[in-house]
Amino acid sequence: MAQQQIIEITPAELIEKVSAMKAQGQRLVQICCSKLPDHLEVAYSFDKDFAFLSYRLTLADTSTPVPSISKIYGNSFHYENEIHDLYGVEVKGISIDFKGNFYRTALKTPFNCAPEGEVKP
Amino acid sequence: MSERTIIPFGPQHPVLPEPIHLDLVVEDEKVIEAIPSIGFIHRGLERLVEKKDYVDYVYVAERICGICSFIHGLTYCMAIEELMKVQVPDRAQYLRIIWSELSRIHSHLLWLGLTADSFGFESMFMQSWRLREQILDIIEETTGGRVIFGSAKIGGVRRDISSVKMDEIMKKMNVYRKDIAQLCEQFMKDQTVKHRMQGVGLLSRADAISLGAVGPMLRGSGIAQDIRSTGYSGYDRIGFTPVTETAGDCYARCMVRMREMDASFVMIEQCVGKMTDGPIEVKVTGNPAGEFFMRSEQPRGEAIYYAKANGTKFLSRLRVRTPTFANIPPLLATLAGCQLADVPVIVLTIDPCISCAER
Amino acid sequence: MSFMGFSKVVLKNLFTGPVTERYPFVPKVYPQGARGSVNIELEKCIFCGICQKKCPTAAIAVTKEPKSWEIDRLRCISCNYCVEVCPKKCLALDTKYAPVSTARSKDMFKAVQSAG
Repeated sequence: MAQQQIIEITPAELIEKVSAMKAQGQRLVQICCSKLPDHLEVAYSFDKDFAFLSYRLTLADTSTPVPSISKIYGNSFHYENEIHDLYGVEVKGISIDFKGNFYRTALKTPFNCAPEGEVKP
Repeated sequence: MSERTIIPFGPQHPVLPEPIHLDLVVEDEKVIEAIPSIGFIHRGLERLVEKKDYVDYVYVAERICGICSFIHGLTYCMAIEELMKVQVPDRAQYLRIIWSELSRIHSHLLWLGLTADSFGFESMFMQSWRLREQILDIIEETTGGRVIFGSAKIGGVRRDISSVKMDEIMKKMNVYRKDIAQLCEQFMKDQTVKHRMQGVGLLSRADAISLGAVGPMLRGSGIAQDIRSTGYSGYDRIGFTPVTETAGDCYARCMVRMREMDASFVMIEQCVGKMTDGPIEVKVTGNPAGEFFMRSEQPRGEAIYYAKANGTKFLSRLRVRTPTFANIPPLLATLAGCQLADVPVIVLTIDPCISCAER
Repeated sequence: MSFMGFSKVVLKNLFTGPVTERYPFVPKVYPQGARGSVNIELEKCIFCGICQKKCPTAAIAVTKEPKSWEIDRLRCISCNYCVEVCPKKCLALDTKYAPVSTARSKDMFKAVQSAG
């Protein structure tokens, strides 16, 4: 199995680190947000020749805005709109900003709210 | 400069089996820009992992996509196995490859039919779906299901294929391989097909990398990126070389898929040759902990499963990045500058699977 | 000539019969091991409830008193999991699918009093 690495960074460093990746010819593979009991994690994963590297931001809550990397990687608008719609993380300066209409969900930020309780079969 | 018009394309469109909406900004017949809109069928399956334990979630993972169902289930299982440090027996790994490749063949045949249909080649649609039916029959005989295989399991596979059955299947497969090769040749050599596909929907090598294309879309632009090269699930034990084409147009992407089908037959043959008797699963006990990004190659491209577990039987996060989700930005780049009549063809050559893109 | 390539297939199709099965006249033969519907042999069942616990879609309901085993056919995904975990091997997966229905109903199997 190819190796994979996760490096913790802060939102302020993000643009600089991602630009460096672009310069190396890395491919942006995915951006993923995870909700953990007390904080949120956003992982930016890159791949070149099967070496998998992720930069991880840790956010205390959704009040901290994250800069958009869509000026560097054109395909990131997709993932950024997704984390905005599902988790409510504010992403600043997305190239195509759907403003919360990327996913048509019944609940706002469905992945970042309390579970509605067990649905009885 | 002529006037610009916006033409809505989808979510209901004759060539689209699934709902994706594109706003096409056109100037006369030329598409200037395409703005996508998805999210009609978001199901929130990623969060279901909080309610289904990690063993039961295999069934949900398999139902993320209706076409590449087995590889979805398999990738999920592999992610969990990686977290739990489970070593899957050899025979199970070979069986997994056989089923993965069978599902690749049936998915590509489905795609071939739909693509041919997108420019009116309906008899090709019927021919390729007829061949697909025979592959589905093999799948039904070996796993019990036609589309939802239900045979992947954490720690191995659920069913074995007896050697008698295997011989029978291989005999049939040799015939199907010839039929499919013949069909592909007829498709690729057809004047009309060439006319509609060559030089249409160009994606340059640089764009393919910077826009994060995956699967045949990436390989059609000359980049030999196939996750099977990393050797997951025993792919390192059989000779595997990624299929690439350099033109980067619709025709090249078709060519990649056609040649992949043939490569799949070769891989199945190799697996059958190398398979030895032995156990097909190991018992898995305990709960997973840790985090892992599992990657696999689906018919449509690379899929990523990110599993984060906290030592309980419920995972704390499962993220699924499906290939179509990654292929939409490159699709928009290829649409810019094309003719309006070519839009369905270009959309179909990414092999869109919107339901799995939205999970 | 490249534009005549398909004519071979067309000719072949003209002289061979239909490839589809003539379904209502010729019954469909399911391959062995096809996942159809779950059936129970009640005499062997001990009503332990493992199948109920393991069922991923919660389609099975088992009660000890009175002894009954119930399945919601519309919920069942024929995954074969209950058959695998059954300690008495009284469950089996038939190759035939459950009959279609227009309303949600459950198939109830009750043990005969003398058996208990």
